[in-house]
Amino acid sequence: MPSARKDPSTLAVYERSSHRHPNTNTLTLDVALIHFENVGLRYGMGPEILRDLTFDIPRRSFQFLTGPSGAGKTTLLRLLFMSLQPTRGLIRMFDRDLSQIPRAELPMLRRRVGIVFQDFRLLDHLTTYENVALPLRVRGKDEASYRTDVIELLKWVGLGERINVLPPVLSGGEKQRAAIARALMDRPEILLADEPTGNVDPPMARRLLNLFLELNRLGTAVVIATHDLGLMDQVDARRMILTEGRLDIYE
Amino acid sequence: MNDLNRLKNALKKSGSKPEKTSATPSGSSSGGRRTEMRVRPTGPILPPSNIQGNALMVVIAIMSFLACLTFGGVSMVRATASSWESQISREITIQIKPQDGLDMDAALKKARDLALTFVGTKQGTIMDDAATARLLEPWLGTGLDLKELPVPRLVIITIDEANPPDFAGMRDLLKAEVPQAFLDDHRTWVGRLVSMAHTTVLIGMSILILVFTAMILTVIFATRGALSGNRHIVEVLHFVGAESGFVASEFQKHFLKISLKGSAAGGALAALLFASASLWQSNSLATPQSDQATALFGTFTIDFFGYLGIVATMIVIALLTTLTARFTVMRTIDEIDLIRSDPGRSDGLPSS
Repeated sequence: MPSARKDPSTLAVYERSSHRHPNTNTLTLDVALIHFENVGLRYGMGPEILRDLTFDIPRRSFQFLTGPSGAGKTTLLRLLFMSLQPTRGLIRMFDRDLSQIPRAELPMLRRRVGIVFQDFRLLDHLTTYENVALPLRVRGKDEASYRTDVIELLKWVGLGERINVLPPVLSGGEKQRAAIARALMDRPEILLADEPTGNVDPPMARRLLNLFLELNRLGTAVVIATHDLGLMDQVDARRMILTEGRLDIYE
Repeated sequence: MNDLNRLKNALKKSGSKPEKTSATPSGSSSGGRRTEMRVRPTGPILPPSNIQGNALMVVIAIMSFLACLTFGGVSMVRATASSWESQISREITIQIKPQDGLDMDAALKKARDLALTFVGTKQGTIMDDAATARLLEPWLGTGLDLKELPVPRLVIITIDEANPPDFAGMRDLLKAEVPQAFLDDHRTWVGRLVSMAHTTVLIGMSILILVFTAMILTVIFATRGALSGNRHIVEVLHFVGAESGFVASEFQKHFLKISLKGSAAGGALAALLFASASLWQSNSLATPQSDQATALFGTFTIDFFGYLGIVATMIVIALLTTLTARFTVMRTIDEIDLIRSDPGRSDGLPSS
């Protein structure tokens, strides 16, 4: 393999990941990464957007989250990402009750979750490289220590030649991949993606899906919120279907 | 190793170009054939200049210019007022009232010599006929013959301010030797002038306080305005796992730079203005314009204390901007977390 010497650095990325989170071993594989119990959520005095959600997201699992527009997919993702607190019910993440965690510790938990926003949320004044490196930068890491990793990851997602480009110049698919790369940069234990194929053509959507599947094989749990039936039909994966605030799960 | 290949294959299978990245070959990572991919030197997390930032810089420059100007002006007025006081109290006058049979010239000389025997007096001048006539001209008109009128005459004694003579002793001695003499140490006059000078300084101080308050509020609001355009950056940093302290320190650094630039420009401009005014004044000494300006404002020089004040103003503005940035960012993060705990407030974030 010509890239034989290239592998160790990237492989190390994932080895480091398992060192960092020693829970990710066979003994605890069956422990759910995220556990929802009777979770309900309403905005203000309005009706409940989400009702009695009880489910697990196991480690290394792969699932689609789907349902009609307005069914609460994004709200559920925000619950998963700790940017909302449920009105009632219990959420456990990484074996900790979220309601018991002080605010100052939330950034530490967020670092274990990667999220791809529907609108990407790339910073327009930073290059693709800098955007993707941002999660490491805010952790106070030295740039020299991660430069190779970031470039490697950018090559994985097919942005090897767009490293020094500012986001406004990127196409929709490229922005999507940059956003995904940013979410993956710090090797999260779970990746949440909101409509990751919403802005790309079917071949690119397939490509991104393969990327997510591959990530999942490497040990990352993946939740993809989408209403693209064509995308879901390509993979035989767990489906979580939200309808009017209720969740049905098809294994 | 397999992991990477699998991922690469996944990409290839789905029709992507093989990741050759021919643009910049990178050697260390792939068998020595490629060199490290070049990336630009990492830019700051906050855009170094944008419209809000530039506007803030201009506002800070203007406000610090005005504040420094007021500060210099007030310190100038204070200096002028204190010089009025000292100039007036630098002189005393002996008035000799005419009386039948009094040899006025002898009495004047005697009074002067008596006064000069005291320690603390410097110089004595007898106001001669011509000078007295000039002094009375506004009231009595020209062509006045002093001999014909019982006009009091004056002796002006300059005194050493630092070591003033014994006024009471002098008064007693004069009374004994020249009964017609009356010593005026201008105390009433000086008292009034001092209170006027104090009022002037007080007014200046009030203006200074107003300008500073306006400056503080303007800087705070301008900083918050500039920050509001950066809310998305705060959010992104927050969501990629930055701690609030990190986000706040990034913004602090950024706004410290802006405010230092702005206040340095404003302060330097004010200092330059004072320096050039005092230069103009010293170059055009004794010209009518300069004399008028001097009479009105005193000398334009602001002392070391004034320049120190300008520097202090700059520091205050820099601190103010930095702290405002910190508090505002912290509050933005608090708001994001508030939305978290109160889903009813979903402002700024997309809901489903």
